[in-house]
Amino acid sequence: MGITFRKETFRDDFTFRNSPEHIRRFPFPFHEDSYMYAVNIEPHVVGPKGSVLENLIDVDEHYVAEMQDRALVLAEDPLRCQSLPHMTLAGWDLLELLMEQQALGYPEHFTLTRDGDRWRWINRPLGIDDTFTFGDTSTLPYGPMEYITRQSQGDFCILDQRDGNLWMDAGMVTTQADWSLDFDIGMNFFEWHAPVPLAHEKGIFIRALKFLTNIQQGKPARRLNWTMTINPRLDTSPENYHKWGPDRTTVTPENVGDKVHLRVELQSFWRLPRSNGIVFPIRCYLIKMDELVTQPKWARRLHRVIRDLPEELATYKGLTRYRPTLVEWLLKLDDGSPTSPGFGPDSVF
Amino acid sequence: MSTGTTKLDVVVSDVVPVNDLVTRFHFRRRDRELLPTFSGGAHVVVEMRDGERTRLNPYSLMGSPLDTREYTISVRRDDVGRGGSLFMHRSVKPGLEMVISYPVNLFSLDLRARKHLMLAGGIGITPFMAQTSQLAGSGGNFELHYTSRTASLGTYADLLQQRYDRRVRLYHDDLDERIELDRLLSSQPLGTHLYVCGPAGMINWVRDRAAALGWPAETVHFEHFAAPQPGAPFDVTLAVTGKTIRVGSQQSLLEAIEAAGVDPPYLCRGGVCGQCETNVVSHDGKFIHNDHWLSEEDHRSACKIMPCVSRFEGKSLVLER
Ligand code: HEM
Ligand code: FES
Repeated sequence: MGITFRKETFRDDFTFRNSPEHIRRFPFPFHEDSYMYAVNIEPHVVGPKGSVLENLIDVDEHYVAEMQDRALVLAEDPLRCQSLPHMTLAGWDLLELLMEQQALGYPEHFTLTRDGDRWRWINRPLGIDDTFTFGDTSTLPYGPMEYITRQSQGDFCILDQRDGNLWMDAGMVTTQADWSLDFDIGMNFFEWHAPVPLAHEKGIFIRALKFLTNIQQGKPARRLNWTMTINPRLDTSPENYHKWGPDRTTVTPENVGDKVHLRVELQSFWRLPRSNGIVFPIRCYLIKMDELVTQPKWARRLHRVIRDLPEELATYKGLTRYRPTLVEWLLKLDDGSPTSPGFGPDSVF
Repeated sequence: MSTGTTKLDVVVSDVVPVNDLVTRFHFRRRDRELLPTFSGGAHVVVEMRDGERTRLNPYSLMGSPLDTREYTISVRRDDVGRGGSLFMHRSVKPGLEMVISYPVNLFSLDLRARKHLMLAGGIGITPFMAQTSQLAGSGGNFELHYTSRTASLGTYADLLQQRYDRRVRLYHDDLDERIELDRLLSSQPLGTHLYVCGPAGMINWVRDRAAALGWPAETVHFEHFAAPQPGAPFDVTLAVTGKTIRVGSQQSLLEAIEAAGVDPPYLCRGGVCGQCETNVVSHDGKFIHNDHWLSEEDHRSACKIMPCVSRFEGKSLVLER
């Protein structure tokens, strides 16, 4: 049947919207009425049909528009994509993973044919049909990581594993929640997580790193993270803060439903076979409040989560300015009735 | 969440005696598909069903990571161990269906290195077989120094010299040939990484000299699977699951816990990965720690044990499992 890809923008006139099916499949990140950091890691296995976990690498109706937005970001700022010299092999690992997964999940849109190291990759939504030699960078228009991540939704960090730590030695990062690859490149797990409040004290990062360095081939894991963004802007980078930072002051009781977006990251962790590195895809999902509150359970729960969010987290996530306006708006949709356990809206899954 | 690895159903496609002590085993997938790609230095855990008991032993993959039609491992016969290697030598024949784990790499190359300096002792050569294939395929710079007791026990020495000529240097104990370690370590170009795999004594010697000569710890890589040691039987109470079990003399504590139907996490089964770390609730007796994971302080304080390789002697032991 295939996906109908939307024509939409993540900047200027912000025409990004979710279709009703995409609202229902939104990965709502709160399984209870409150939120605190935890080592929320679970096996990344296939989930229910129609959910974002139906395939381990999800492609959705925003695919084409997101790839166009990525191309615009890269044209302005090539440093959003970096790979230290020892990471080329890991780039090939990632190319294989993403081609295999996309072709497996969406055969009507992507086809991979291999004849030894002669590979042919067809990407119908983007009109690409390339034949290349696996392992030979000169046969692709970009390095292997850049080539495939220009054709895959979400940001990607590739971590080199050494000395019992993970090092951010390559990545394609254009849809990030206020952090910078150019700043973090070459850092280790503790260094790039330094700005995060409370989690260090709770020992979360020590335990998470222990888990990640033991991630096994064929056994990916995942976690959800979330924040909020004003306007459906994918590229909320420190480099462009001047463009999106001021948006936070524009929230009024009248425009909350349209402007304020919940931004959920489905993060997964995969061991790469040839390089023994780890790839960390950060798949970003946006939903505006008007769309989200079509599911009454989500509206009630989000109200309680945002209202009770610890101050440190609200500050770190940049919600401070508009939190009162948002909470007031959500309060009208919370009749105080209980919410069922679990992530899904009341109706499905 | 259990962190044991995914399993692969394989069939033994060939068994090749290499010399008096070492035999090579080839595995293919039963469904004839390709095996998962791996990186040089990776091992698999082989499940050995020997009548009532199941042993799980780790072995380094020694084939080229570029060829995943089959996996090969080399097993050195150990006449005084717990019998895993004897089982492989005596009972594993072509056509036997076996189960092995996905590859796991706890001894991977540092791909930033300008040069890879490799030191192998005895059967410690096996991870280097795969690593040298991987590096040779991508034009990597390496040098391999390989010691064995005698020339005839220098497993794959001929093959390595044939493949890599001057990049391989052999040393034989019976001819009193020794690696001139200090000279070797003092004459490496900047950006060299050191890898050592062999008997514990050799690893300690190399690590000590490297540290003394100023090699930063992060440039020195070593792999030493502590094979689980046999010992006197002992009883253990598992506090969480409420079971009391007996660990047989030829069985590891981890195997005994698994045999009781408890599924604890593990990866390496050789005391290096840390996955099986288990808290001690109470004990009356003494621990025989054989792992490379816990700190000396952990060992002294007797609050943790690595059941894949360590044992206990005494009156009673209660573990948090
Ligand atoms: C190797 C994989 C990972 C990468 C590459 C990564 C990367 C990042 C980055 C770049 C940030 C932003 C930091 C900043 O403000 O500059 C971040 C935030 C954070 N990370 Fe990770 N991370 C990884 C794994 C994990 C894991 C496994 C956990 C926890 C179990 C975790 C927990 C967090 C938390 C709680 C935050 C704060 C997020 C927020 O409140 O919005 N991360 N991570
Ligand atoms: S299983 Fe790796 S240390 Fe015990």
